Amino acid sequence: MIISVASGKGGTGKTTVATNMASALGRGVRLLDCDVEEPNAHLFLNPVLGQAEEVTTFIPEIDDELCTGCKKCAEICRFRALAVVAGKVLVFPELCHSCGGCMEVCEEGAVLDGNRILGTVESGSAGNVLFSHGRLRVGEAMSPPLIEKVRSINENNGITIIDAPPGTSCPVIAAIKGADFVLMVTEPTPFGLHDLKLGVEAVKTLGIPCGLVINRSDIGDDGVREYAAKEDIPVLLEIPFDRKIAEAYSVGKLIIEVRPEWADKFRDLYNRIEILARC
Amino acid sequence: MRELVIISGKGGTGKTCLTAAFASLAENNVLCDADVDAANLHLLMNPKVRKRTDFMGGSIAEIRSADCSECGRCLELCKFAAISEEFVVDPISCEGCGVCVDLCPEQAIDFPVQKCGEWYISDTRHGAMVHAKLGIAEENSGKLVSLVRQQAKTLAEEKGNDLILTDGPPGIGCPVIASIGGASGLVIVVEPTVSGLHDMSRVADLAVHFKIPGLICVNKYDLNTEMTMEIEAFAEKRNMRVVGRVPFDPLFTRAMIQGKNILEYQGNSDTADRVREVWDAIMQSPSMNLMGLKDFSTVIK
Repeated sequence: MIISVASGKGGTGKTTVATNMASALGRGVRLLDCDVEEPNAHLFLNPVLGQAEEVTTFIPEIDDELCTGCKKCAEICRFRALAVVAGKVLVFPELCHSCGGCMEVCEEGAVLDGNRILGTVESGSAGNVLFSHGRLRVGEAMSPPLIEKVRSINENNGITIIDAPPGTSCPVIAAIKGADFVLMVTEPTPFGLHDLKLGVEAVKTLGIPCGLVINRSDIGDDGVREYAAKEDIPVLLEIPFDRKIAEAYSVGKLIIEVRPEWADKFRDLYNRIEILARC
Repeated sequence: MRELVIISGKGGTGKTCLTAAFASLAENNVLCDADVDAANLHLLMNPKVRKRTDFMGGSIAEIRSADCSECGRCLELCKFAAISEEFVVDPISCEGCGVCVDLCPEQAIDFPVQKCGEWYISDTRHGAMVHAKLGIAEENSGKLVSLVRQQAKTLAEEKGNDLILTDGPPGIGCPVIASIGGASGLVIVVEPTVSGLHDMSRVADLAVHFKIPGLICVNKYDLNTEMTMEIEAFAEKRNMRVVGRVPFDPLFTRAMIQGKNILEYQGNSDTADRVREVWDAIMQSPSMNLMGLKDFSTVIK
């Protein structure tokens, strides 16, 4: 069972929901923090992490001895990552999308297998919860391959909870594709509603069932609930604004640490997801 | 021409609510929403779209089954696992590299350019605004961000505006990189939480690459004043000027529901005064008063 926790809008409580649900369920749960630009789940779960594994992607490295300056590599590259100047190939690593076209067309074998560091992946455990996250190298633009790497750490058959990045573009798709269920977390405000609609559209393009958590549910207006009713998206949990929860969050504490009665609610949330994902 | 970009690292810290309030206070400016993925500024600005343009992003491979001999070469070549055993391209997985298109022995693969979104030039009650909408599940957000910023600059030059106020996206990846290059200054809106501090430090690390001055505004500061002080101390160490504190105030949400910024909704509130003070501090900072010189003593360290 793979559940991706996503939102559209940032700061609605994805990490809060993902970490509390993982912690409340405990044994056999794996949490994958796929918000590799700004991973935060570790701040709340305090996992003991093993050594960071560097994740790289292919970029061409040119063997000047073998290169004849024929320009075929630069011609096939749609991302302008290669240019031939005065018979010499220049590589712009940050523009490369690792398609391998240059290597394929080079008849001299002059394009070698170089690499660019995307970031790191770290794994470990937080109590009973198995934990992994990716950290995008600062300055690196492409997060999807790193997200895919984090997701590949999923050998267990139990419950996997993915903390997805905000937005609706390629990094989000990388974090929700292939999930059994997408749990959307929103706040009941015009911004929350607007971005929720975009998020739901993204989930629909992938054909994954989804449900809703409304965070800070007593601020704002009824727009989100009306939308959910109209679109037939089940509201699985509402978390009212509670200054004690907000203050606990600010120092890296889980809701279930300061309000233990919420552990049952998060377990119940999972049970409802399990039923919906199996329909 | 100066461009002030409002970013945060972490999402939901209040970038857009503050940008909209600054729009009330700024003079002779153009507004720009560089969060093309989940844009929100238009919800507070009620823009009247004057010009709508398609954003043509990358191309996507399409196999013409009539001409396909099912040789399997494209499957071998595709590094993105975008082609199925039945020789159909999954448009979401296709990276648009065109390697299969160029190397198909039957030349049976088309490569049509895709419409990936739209961008707009609009009028608002606080001046012109350039904004965009990236298509759902699309790539090329960085390209669209660069385009929107370029258009805002052109518009400002035409109209003789000397300030661009840009609402940036969360994170540190491709759209953020495209949002901050060449900016005069960044306002990093932080909330006083462990995540807020963690994410702000990563976005500050990114800004170091671009040698841009950074200003810090702590929003919802009273949720944790100790953390606020920690953030301010951190800012100082990294050569980022603190331009003020804004309290946690439900007025922001109420104003948002009315499609207004906080100054328009309740301009006589204490929080509105705080926002005005932040704006004054921003405009008085050395990074916004360059007199044509780049002052490297103000850049983030």
